[in-house]
Amino acid sequence: MRLELRGITKKFGSLTANDHIDLIVEPGQIHCLLGENGAGKSTLMNVLFGLLQADEGEILIDGEPVRLANSGDAVRRGIGMVHQHFMLVPVFSVAENVVLGFEPTRSLDRLDYARARENIRSVSREFGLEVDPDATVESLPIGLQQRVEIIKALSHDAQLLILDEPTAVLTPQEADALMAIMRSLAASGKSILFISHKLKEVRQVSDVITVIRSGRVIGSVPPTASENELAAMMVGREVSLVVQKSAATPREPVLEVRDLVVRDDRGLAVVDGVSLEVHAGEIVALAGVQGNGQTELVEAITGLRHVESGSVVLAGRDITNHSPREILDAGLGHIPEDRQRDGVVLSMSVADNMVLNTPRRAPFARHGTRNLRAVRDHAETLVESFDVRTSSVEAPLSSLSGGNQQKVIVARELSRPLEVLVASQPTRGLDVGSIEYVHREIVRVRDDGHAVLIVSSELDEVMALGDRVAVMFQGRITGIVDPSTSREDVGLLMAGSAPAGTR
Amino acid sequence: MPSARRLWDRYRSASPITIALLALVLGLVVGAVIIIATTPAILNAWRGTFHSWGAPGHALKVTFDNVGAAYRSIFTGSIVDPPQFWHSVTTGRGWTASLTPLSETLTYAVPLVIASIAVGITFQTGLFNIGANGQAILGGIAGVAVATLVHLPMALHLPLTLLAGIAGGVVGGAIPGLLKAYTGAHEVIVTLMFNYVASYFMLFTLLSTPLQLPNQTNAISRTMPGGTQLAPLFGTSSGLRVNYGIVVALAVTLFAIWLLDRSSIGFEFRMTGANPHAARASGINARRTLVISFLISGGLAGLAGVAWVAGTTHYIDQNFLQGSAGIGFTAITVALLGRNRPIGIVWGSLLFAALEVGGSNMQANTGIPYDLATVIQSAIVIFVATPVLVKEIFRLRALRAESVKVATAGWGS
Ligand SMILES: Nc1ncnc2c1ncn2[C@@H]1O[C@H](COP(=O)(O)OP(=O)(O)OP(=O)(O)O)[C@@H](O)[C@H]1O
Ligand SMILES: [Mg+2]
Repeated sequence: MRLELRGITKKFGSLTANDHIDLIVEPGQIHCLLGENGAGKSTLMNVLFGLLQADEGEILIDGEPVRLANSGDAVRRGIGMVHQHFMLVPVFSVAENVVLGFEPTRSLDRLDYARARENIRSVSREFGLEVDPDATVESLPIGLQQRVEIIKALSHDAQLLILDEPTAVLTPQEADALMAIMRSLAASGKSILFISHKLKEVRQVSDVITVIRSGRVIGSVPPTASENELAAMMVGREVSLVVQKSAATPREPVLEVRDLVVRDDRGLAVVDGVSLEVHAGEIVALAGVQGNGQTELVEAITGLRHVESGSVVLAGRDITNHSPREILDAGLGHIPEDRQRDGVVLSMSVADNMVLNTPRRAPFARHGTRNLRAVRDHAETLVESFDVRTSSVEAPLSSLSGGNQQKVIVARELSRPLEVLVASQPTRGLDVGSIEYVHREIVRVRDDGHAVLIVSSELDEVMALGDRVAVMFQGRITGIVDPSTSREDVGLLMAGSAPAGTR
Repeated sequence: MPSARRLWDRYRSASPITIALLALVLGLVVGAVIIIATTPAILNAWRGTFHSWGAPGHALKVTFDNVGAAYRSIFTGSIVDPPQFWHSVTTGRGWTASLTPLSETLTYAVPLVIASIAVGITFQTGLFNIGANGQAILGGIAGVAVATLVHLPMALHLPLTLLAGIAGGVVGGAIPGLLKAYTGAHEVIVTLMFNYVASYFMLFTLLSTPLQLPNQTNAISRTMPGGTQLAPLFGTSSGLRVNYGIVVALAVTLFAIWLLDRSSIGFEFRMTGANPHAARASGINARRTLVISFLISGGLAGLAGVAWVAGTTHYIDQNFLQGSAGIGFTAITVALLGRNRPIGIVWGSLLFAALEVGGSNMQANTGIPYDLATVIQSAIVIFVATPVLVKEIFRLRALRAESVKVATAGWGS
C-alpha cells in the first residue's frame, strides 16, 4: 500500500499537536518516525488509524483520498495498529483476542473457534509469528503479547502496519526478533510505520527516517545518518549521547539487602537469597534479562511485595516488610517499572500527580486540608525545570504524551528528600534529549551523596550509568562487576555462567 | 462560521452538564412513548386514523394533549403552577398553594442529597455502598430513640438526635467496611444483604417496648417531641413542609466539597478509586482508606435517615424508607447521575425529587400511574451512565470509557 498524508493538522485546544504534516510511505517500506516526547507522533498515528479526526489535511491510500471516521474504517482500508499499551483482554485466549470485534460465527451466532484458530495458524505460519492460540493472554510474556497484537493486526489483512514504540517494553532479544519480523513483513510488500526513541534500532531497521519536532516535519533522512545527526535533528541542539560523570566516591552503605528471598504470585522463590549493598555516593546498576527476579526484588525493597526471609536495611533502619508509606518516609524514591499502573493516576491533573506520594506533607497540606495553591506552584516549578510538555499543570495526566508522563514521575521522585533512589527502567519511552537530562539528574542525586539503584534492561544504560554493575540471573546475583567489564562477560553473567575473574 | 463538523465535534465532546440535559430530554421521550402506548384515548385516536385513512391531525392532537397534560402536571406539581403563582403575586393571597410544589420538592430532596453524597463518596473511593438505605434506617431508628427516650435540654436534644442518626449509620457502614478490609468480603453483597437486616431490625424495634408507640399493636414508633424536630422553615402555620433539613443538606454538601476536593483524605479516596495500584505504591493504606470511606458514607446515610424523620415524618412506621421510598436506593442512581460530585448530586437530587413529587400530582390529575416518574428517572440514568455503568459494575479495563484517551496518551503509545 502507498500511503500519503497531506497537510495533516490536529489541534487540542490551543495546542497544535500536528502542524501540516506531509508524509509518504511507499509499499514495502519501513518508515520510521522520530521525534521528541510530545512531538505529535502518536497523535499522527491515531489520526491515521481513525481514532482521532484531523482538523485539516487529507489521507490518500494508493492515490485515493479516504475518510477514516473510526478504527473500523481504518481496518477495512488495510491499516493495522499496535499500540504501545496493548489493547488485549487479559483473561481471553489468544484466539479470542485476535477475533475480538470481527468474530467468525457459525449458525446461531456461535463463535467459530476452529476457524479463529486456523486463521491464527495461517498468519503465524506465513510470517513466522509463533504463538499458541489457546494460551491465555495474561500468561504470556510481554514480547508474546505484542506478537498477538501484531497477529491481530495482520489477520485483518493489513497492508500498512503502525507500530507505536513497540520495542520500549521488550527485552533486547525480543526487540531483535521483532525487527526480523518487520523485515520479513516489508519483504512481503507490507508497509510499516514505526516509532521508536532508540536510535540504534531505528538506524538498523528503517528505510527512511522522518523527524518531527513540535508537530512539524523537520525532514527525512536515510538510515545512514549518524546517531548524533538524528539526535540533533530531533531536539534542535547537540545532544550528548554518553553519560558525563566523574568517578564515584562511595561512602557508607545506605541500602543493604541481605539474603533476601521473595516469592512471586505463583509461590516460586523468584528472588532467591540476594545480598546487595548500595553505598552513598554510588550508582549500582542491576542488569539482567527481564524476568529474572529484578521486578520482585524492587517490589520487596519498596514494600510492595512480602519478604519471605532476609532483610532490607535503609540508612541503618530495618525496613523489611514495612509499609510503603514508612519506606517512602524513610527516604526511598521509587520510579516504578510499570508506570501507568504504579506511578501515576491518569485521570488526575499533572499537579496532583506531582504530589502523589506526598499529599500530606507541608506545604501541600495542613491539618488535613490540601493547599492547592502550593501544589500548583510546586508543579509549575517542576514542569519548568524538567521541561514537561503540557498545556497546563491542571491538565489531566492522560493528555500528556507517553514520555512526558514519565518525566512527571522522574520530576516528582527526584524533587523529594531522598536517601536512596530506586529506579526501574527510568528512561523507558524517553527521547534522547530527555534521557540525557534524566541521566544527568540521576548522577546529580549520586553526587549529592545519595545511593542509587538502577534496574534496566538496556545494557547500554546499565554500563553507562552504573559505578558497579550487578547481574541477576534466576533470582540470584551472579556477579558484581566494574562497568569497564566487556559486554561479552556481562552477557555470560546474564546467562548464568561466571566468566573468569569475577566474584 | 463554524462548520457542521465543528459543531458536531463540539457537541460530541459535550460537558457532563450537556449530557445530563440531553439525557433528561431522552428520558422524557421514553416517558412519552410509554404514555402513548398505554393511554387508551391516544391509541383509539390512532386506530381511528388508520381505519379511516384520515389525516393524522386529530390523533396527533390527542397525543399532544395527553402527553402535554401529563408533563404539565409533573411541572406544576413539583415546581410552580404559573396561573396560581400569578394569582398570588397579584392578590397577595394563596401563597401556600403557590409555594407548596417547590416546598415539597425541596422536602424530598433533602434526604436524597445527603444519601446520594454518602453513596458518591464510596463510589469515588472505588467502592460500592449499596447499603445506604439500611444505614439510613439505622440512623432513623437511632435518632427517634434518642429523641423519644432520652430527656435532655432543648438546645442539646436536636444536635444529639442528629448525632445519634450519624452514629447509627456509622455502625451500618462499619460492618461492610471492616468485613471487606479484614476478610475480603465483597462490599456489594454485604451491603445489599445488610438492607434486609436493617429493615427487619426496624420492624423488630417498632414492635418492641421502648420504641413502639404505647398501647399500639401496629409497627409504629413514638413521635419525636417538637424540640427534636427539624422545624418547618417558614413556621408550622405556613403549611409548607420544607424544613431546616435544608440547612443540614447544605452543610453536608459543603462538607463533601471540602472532603473530595480539598482534604487529604479525600485525595486519597480519589486516588484509591482511580488507580489502586498507584495508591498503594504511593504509600496509601488501602484498608484504612476503605474503612474510613465506609464510615463517612454510613454516617452520612444515617444522617439522611434522621433528617427525613426529624424534618418530615416525625415518627417511623413499617413503611419507613421501604419500597419506592427507599431513598438509599434512589441515591445510587442520583450519585451516578451527578457523577459522584457534590454539586452534580444536588442537581440530580432536585431533578429526582421533582419527578417524584410531580409524578404524584400527575397521577392525581391525569390518572397516569405515578410509576411513570420512576421510569423516566431510570431512563435518564441509563442514558447518562451507560458506559460508566458497564465499566463500574464489571470493572472492565478494555471497556473503559477513556480507553481511547489512553490510546492517544499511553506512554509511548
Ligand atoms: N487528548 C489530548 N488532549 C490534549 N492534549 C493532547 C491530547 N493528546 C495528546 N495531546 C498533546 O499533544 C502533544 C503530542 O502528543 P503525542 O502523544 O502525539 O506525542 P508523541 O510524539 O507520541 O510523544 P512520546 O514520544 O512521548 O510518546 C503533546 O503535547 C500532548 O500533551
Ligand atoms: Mg507517543
